[in-house]
Amino acid sequence: MTNLSGKCAIVGMGETVVGKRPDATTNSLHLEAIKACLDDAGIKASQVDGLLTNQPLNDAHRSYATKLSHMAGIDPLFATDLALGGATPIAMVQSAVMAIEAGMATTVVCVHARKRSTVDPSPGHPIRRGDEHWEEPWGHFAAAGGHAFAAQRHMYEFGTTSEDLAHVAISTRYHASLNKNATLRKPMTMEDHQNSRMIVAPLRLFDCSLESDGGGAVLVTSAERARDFPKRAVSILGMGQHHPHWSLLDAPTLTTLGGKKSSETAYRMAGLTPKDMQFAQIYDCFTITAMITLEDYGFCKKGEGKDFVKNGRITLGGQLPLNTHGGLLSQAHLEGQLHITEAVKQLRGNEVEPERQVPNAKVGIVSGHGGSLAMHATMILGAL
Amino acid sequence: MSKDERGRATRRGQPFLEEPEAKPFWANLREHKLTAQRCSSCQKIFGFPPQSHCPHCLSNEFKWVELSGKGKVYSHIAYHRAWHPAYQDKVPYNVSLVDLEEGGRLVTNVVGCAPEDVKIGMNVEVIFEDTPDFTLPKFQPVK
Repeated sequence: MTNLSGKCAIVGMGETVVGKRPDATTNSLHLEAIKACLDDAGIKASQVDGLLTNQPLNDAHRSYATKLSHMAGIDPLFATDLALGGATPIAMVQSAVMAIEAGMATTVVCVHARKRSTVDPSPGHPIRRGDEHWEEPWGHFAAAGGHAFAAQRHMYEFGTTSEDLAHVAISTRYHASLNKNATLRKPMTMEDHQNSRMIVAPLRLFDCSLESDGGGAVLVTSAERARDFPKRAVSILGMGQHHPHWSLLDAPTLTTLGGKKSSETAYRMAGLTPKDMQFAQIYDCFTITAMITLEDYGFCKKGEGKDFVKNGRITLGGQLPLNTHGGLLSQAHLEGQLHITEAVKQLRGNEVEPERQVPNAKVGIVSGHGGSLAMHATMILGAL
Repeated sequence: MSKDERGRATRRGQPFLEEPEAKPFWANLREHKLTAQRCSSCQKIFGFPPQSHCPHCLSNEFKWVELSGKGKVYSHIAYHRAWHPAYQDKVPYNVSLVDLEEGGRLVTNVVGCAPEDVKIGMNVEVIFEDTPDFTLPKFQPVK
């Protein structure tokens, strides 16, 4: 088996302005992200030969990747839609690496955009989650509910409290306060968190992420070709996935998730350990998701996440800065696409506000998480 | 599937009674029987939702068997926000994951006590809530 560590690199990245984008459509946000990415990489659409994307939630397509390719002037030798919920953006980069190494494409754009904050009329049909008819008759409607089940179990098994979860939200908000392209920038206190209204107990409003408009894209090519691009390339060192259940009805546990095996695969491929990571961009659809993933990724033992997130350890300047862009909780919820672009910027070393830069960042880890806490993807990135 | 003004799938409060694999489940509930599929090959309970082949051994031979209706709460939450108009007057309400004695888990409601009195590990038993079109299995604390 060939080890793909370091064989491919991210050579371009683009982000749209996020938040409320009544000016935009789902299609236009994808194109805006692709354009920003190709401009950043200094190439034309005609030089791209692969495209990966995710289907719009409000408008299912037979092949959105093919449609989007041709809307952008790309003639793809490799294109497909991936469907792993919030694990999709990382899975796209992983599939791009595999396609490039298989010789099916050389230069692949991975793009993801959403319009979930403002109205977006579409002629088509929305995508459904899958088993809602086994949940909604009993009043279970929301992702907040699924994650509240996990939070309740974490509290029961390990004594975690709502105040413990608040540390994730407060640190993440501080990072968003330093990011010009973040939706919520007003610093949050413990009191703010504890006074925020209950949504699905035990999760409060400030345990929940945003609903956003926006998008992002990255361009993947071989390490060899990466030398021809103008900006500092970011090497793809480790990749992993694990999808240990499908719904809440067949989940063997809700306190250890796909992140454990997914990260083990990624660490093994990269030849690195949790101690080598200088930052972590961890999927934070809810505070509990980030806490469980920090444990699953081996930054602390299972059940010790509640202590790990305290004393500034996950804040810029601490041991493991977490979600230096403000995450899904405070920057924008674009299913983790901006966790990837943020990691790329941190590793380039000169692209974020100076107070937000992790000093001398050489290696970091990124996670994606989707469905009913079901799907997981991991990527370890390094500066070249 | 219909959608709301932001293009999201409309949430509905009713089960999909026409799901072919699940028709016996819903029909048996009308007679106040909580049933599940037991594999004729490996003898394990399939779990939910019902499906054509055993998730443990892929056999397609099974029998619908009546369950004891006893279970334990695996986890529980309380909705303080109504995502559906029918729940506007019901918040806060409990939703629980109940692990059934013979195997299988349901998303359901523990009723007959306040949401804050539901606990992980609590022993519960099935009750049947009839509506004009279907019957829902819900659970109450074992007295």
